[in-house]
Amino acid sequence: MKTGRPLPVPTPETAHFWEGTRLGELRLQACRDCGHTYFPPRPFCPSCASKKVEVLRASGRGTLHSYVISHLPAPGFEPPYTIAVVKLEEGPKMLTNIVGTPCDPALLRLDDPVQVTFETMNEQITLPMFTIAGGTR
Amino acid sequence: MRRAHAAVIGAAETTEMGKLPHMSQLQLHADAALNAIADAGLKPSDIDGIATAGETPESLALYLGITPSWIDATGVGGCSFLMHVRHAVAALESGHCKHVLITHGESGRSRVAAAGFPHPIAGSLPQQFETPYGTFGPPTMFTLPVLRFLKERGYEQEDLARVAVVQREWAALNPRASQKTLITVDDVMASKMIAYPFRMLMCCLVTDGGGALVLSAADRAADLHARPVYVIGTGESVEGNMISQMEDFSSSKAFRVSSRNAFSDAGITHGDVDHLMIYDAFAHLPLYGLEDLGFCARGEAAAFIREGHTRPGGRLPVNTNGGGLSYMHSGMYGMYALQESIRQMRGIAPAQVEGAKISVAHGVGGMFAASSTIVFANEKP
Repeated sequence: MKTGRPLPVPTPETAHFWEGTRLGELRLQACRDCGHTYFPPRPFCPSCASKKVEVLRASGRGTLHSYVISHLPAPGFEPPYTIAVVKLEEGPKMLTNIVGTPCDPALLRLDDPVQVTFETMNEQITLPMFTIAGGTR
Repeated sequence: MRRAHAAVIGAAETTEMGKLPHMSQLQLHADAALNAIADAGLKPSDIDGIATAGETPESLALYLGITPSWIDATGVGGCSFLMHVRHAVAALESGHCKHVLITHGESGRSRVAAAGFPHPIAGSLPQQFETPYGTFGPPTMFTLPVLRFLKERGYEQEDLARVAVVQREWAALNPRASQKTLITVDDVMASKMIAYPFRMLMCCLVTDGGGALVLSAADRAADLHARPVYVIGTGESVEGNMISQMEDFSSSKAFRVSSRNAFSDAGITHGDVDHLMIYDAFAHLPLYGLEDLGFCARGEAAAFIREGHTRPGGRLPVNTNGGGLSYMHSGMYGMYALQESIRQMRGIAPAQVEGAKISVAHGVGGMFAASSTIVFANEKP
């Protein structure tokens, strides 16, 4: 676990997400009226404005949508490190780090399957990160 | 039908650009403002509208001794100044003011009394869902969609490199450009890795400087300046402040909406455009811009550049000052795109496009967060 990484400050609208990661769950929201599944959290549907929304547990599976390998110095990180956007099986995109795979473009192919993993930062915050499915960890 | 909405009657950059540790950011605004007001043949006391970003209308009013009856502090990053032009047009047309001053100044390199790149507010959605993963600033965020874009279009990293190569050809013709030495695709591909797939020469410069404009109603513009430049079309939009939530990683929604409205407002087609500026904080932006503004079909922008259409002598000269990659980039580059469009319309650009009558300046704000497009003409429609 790296120290010094900037950590999220949860708000009333996102508390369920960070409660979920502490329990090892990746939580999204879905609209009961139009069926839209969405992220980041908000207490209404960004597609149809309905307030009839529910929290759902995502499968944790997705694909590698895009990424950069940063070589820049950053507090809490040791370059190079991979900043990625994954496309979750349920539809939404999420920014994350790819862990467990060297920062080598040959090993990081777009559309490769990814799987969520949870990295505990402190008592309050556990960050969802992703591994390349089938990759070494 | 084409119509002149307003006219630029004053335009100037700071007297010096590059590394200016002897000037504060506010003084860069003022230096450009005084140059532009003098170019308009006016005095600061003639100005009754102020629009600015980076600094505030209040700080400019106090520093320059102006009492405005209209202000605009739209601050959405680098294209704010293009939006200021659009908003100034509306203010002039509705009679809120007579002479609008738009200023930009940024101590991007020397950082003298400069705010720096804004960090997300604690608890904001970007702070919760992007910042924890090490997205510190534009080089790791603006670049994030690009591998997807390259894959979907079938482009290569060399296509990004070629953007920088062509813009350096333009910069070589511009005595004020920061970088004038010609480079090759190999040079770009061998430059230092910043954030894969982006290398140093695919990223913008970091410099100090500024620019300012004075806009007035179109009907009297010819009495106020020997070469008035008319604003004939404008557009703007925003998509969002989280790069990870960009709807389509291979196309900017804000680019499409802003440019479509500007072209329609101006009553022009792509064939009417003689000169084009596409804000280039990084080398992918001209590729996105050529496609999203409709100059190239999706997947054809890289070949368009490779075939030489955007370079000196090409049929669509793009970023003729050298762009943010080679001319200058203080942080919010949009003002310099506007300045080059106006120089081209006045016929005084260092790399002048002969006979150019219509110029389009297209800007981006944040990381594909915002966009604005301005269409200029040097003949009153």
